[in-house]
Amino acid sequence: MEVRDLVKRYPKARTDAVDRLTFAVAGGEIFGLLGPNGAGKSTTIGVLTTRVRPTAGQALIANVDVTVAPRTVRSLLGVVPQRNNLDRSLSVRQNLLFHAAYHGVPKAVRTRRAEALLEQFSLTDRANEKPDLFSGGQNQRMMIARALMHDPRVLFLDEPSTGLDPAARLFVWDRIRELREAGVTIVLTTHDMDEAAALADRVGIVDSGRLLALDTPAALVRGLATGSSLQVTVELAGELGVAGLLDRLGTLAGVQRCEQVGAEAAVYTIRLCLTGEAAAMITPVATAVAEVGARLTGMEIGEASLEDVFIELTGRSLR
Amino acid sequence: MLRSFGSVLRRDIVVTGKDLVAFLAQVLLQPVFFLFVFGKLLTSLGYTSSGYSNLLFPGLVALTATVTAIQAMAFPLVVEFGWTKEIEDRLLAPLPLWAVAAEKVLFASLRALAASAVMFPIGIGVLGSIPYRAAGLGLLVGVALLGSLVGACIGLTIGTFVPVTKINIAFALIFTPLLFTGATQYPWPSLAHLRWFQVVSAANPITYVSEGMRAALVPNIPHIPGWICLLALAGSLALFGTLGMIGFRRRAID
Ligand SMILES: Nc1ncnc2c1ncn2[C@@H]1O[C@H](COP(=O)(O)OP(=O)(O)OP(=O)(O)O)[C@@H](O)[C@H]1O
Ligand SMILES: [Mg+2]
Repeated sequence: MEVRDLVKRYPKARTDAVDRLTFAVAGGEIFGLLGPNGAGKSTTIGVLTTRVRPTAGQALIANVDVTVAPRTVRSLLGVVPQRNNLDRSLSVRQNLLFHAAYHGVPKAVRTRRAEALLEQFSLTDRANEKPDLFSGGQNQRMMIARALMHDPRVLFLDEPSTGLDPAARLFVWDRIRELREAGVTIVLTTHDMDEAAALADRVGIVDSGRLLALDTPAALVRGLATGSSLQVTVELAGELGVAGLLDRLGTLAGVQRCEQVGAEAAVYTIRLCLTGEAAAMITPVATAVAEVGARLTGMEIGEASLEDVFIELTGRSLR
Repeated sequence: MLRSFGSVLRRDIVVTGKDLVAFLAQVLLQPVFFLFVFGKLLTSLGYTSSGYSNLLFPGLVALTATVTAIQAMAFPLVVEFGWTKEIEDRLLAPLPLWAVAAEKVLFASLRALAASAVMFPIGIGVLGSIPYRAAGLGLLVGVALLGSLVGACIGLTIGTFVPVTKINIAFALIFTPLLFTGATQYPWPSLAHLRWFQVVSAANPITYVSEGMRAALVPNIPHIPGWICLLALAGSLALFGTLGMIGFRRRAID
């Protein structure tokens, strides 16, 4: 799968929803698109699944251009959309069976596959009920099961674990990993750092339609100037300003960047991005805090994560 | 592709089949009351001449065919595109877009044809007898077929151009005029002395379904010649078919 200089501007929009996006996904890979709300993740998936017409650029799936041969492309891919689009006039089982029938799966095969998937996704008991009676998490499982009914070579999952409880989330993660083992190429979007880190072989970080970075989660973190972080809470007495403390901490050797991330009455939370080991910085930081006359009330060591990668790339937090 | 198309059609048949009573009530209640009050009651009370029911019946068959097709098309489309999004699964099938729209048109037309066919036994039940001419059968079927297709394409156009939030007002603004300017309750040539209304009626495709039905069933009542009706309906089909497809594409692909 390949995307080249993809641009999408919706009619009447003043900016591009997707802005010259370029990336490639290898067969059998889990590729994650990570970005905040409105980054253009769903739009990118829309183009790849033939539902959004690109303004410029090219998107190829299995070497087939999605705008040239949309039918061929549609037969290769399965889609789990961000929004529930199950057929409310059909039962759960019928949703699966008809989906397979639309894709030309022979009757015997689709019947067998539907039973297996219903069983696997714990939907057998209520397979004859209409989907609108189910919870959001159950609907999500149905949509994944439905997408697998025609045995797609590429599976698109748009925010697959949004709205799921922790157990259901792990269940979905396991299914996704199983599919990779079976050789299915997977493209998923998420705004959850942990999900991207846990699941994806490679992650593309997008913001405002642009691809900011693309690599394995480990390499992205390794590439950071920041090695670790230290979160410090201090209480400042009286007229003492936080600006002086930030200046003081920022000039310590080993501190790459320092910013205030919270304030409550006289208690401030300060985050320090460090170039080296966090443990080595505890004493110098505590000393510096004491020197300006502030009282240290808490300190927490953090390993660098994709979150830090995002902050470094965009200058703001994803949450 | 044919197999996919068949499955999409089967889905609509299964869904409608589960709710057959609602379907029949929805499409037949209005024409039945029309028939009873205007065709039977007013005649037996002496307010209309006994020939009126012969004039009205073909018009009501025409109205049933087109209005059923419009409703069977527009309502589900508006809901599926604007609200439930459930059409997406079919748009992602390995079918060309036009085939998904064509299936909808075909199914709405089948519903409309079924509803207009049921009008005949109901007409016999309510009126005692209905006008029928074996020689007009070909024209009757042709007009019913084209009328249903035109209705479905009008529904496709409405259903794809009207946003879900405006559907109530759109239906009020479109349906009522459509209902009363379609030469259903009056023969079009008799409007000669009311020129403006005649012109308005001539712009309504339903007029040609009503007049075509009269040409087939009651040729002694003044009517627009059958071939003109067929031609006008073919033209409407081309117009609304094109508009509807444009609308469908716009909604199906962002
Ligand atoms: N159908 C549409 N018409 C017009 N603008 C749209 C449409 N869909 C999305 N947009 C705009 O395009 C931009 C990207 O939206 P998109 O849905 O791709 O973001 P996303 O990354 O999926 O966000 P989220 O995490 O909220 O799902 C947004 O500014 C959005 O308002
Ligand atoms: Mg999205």
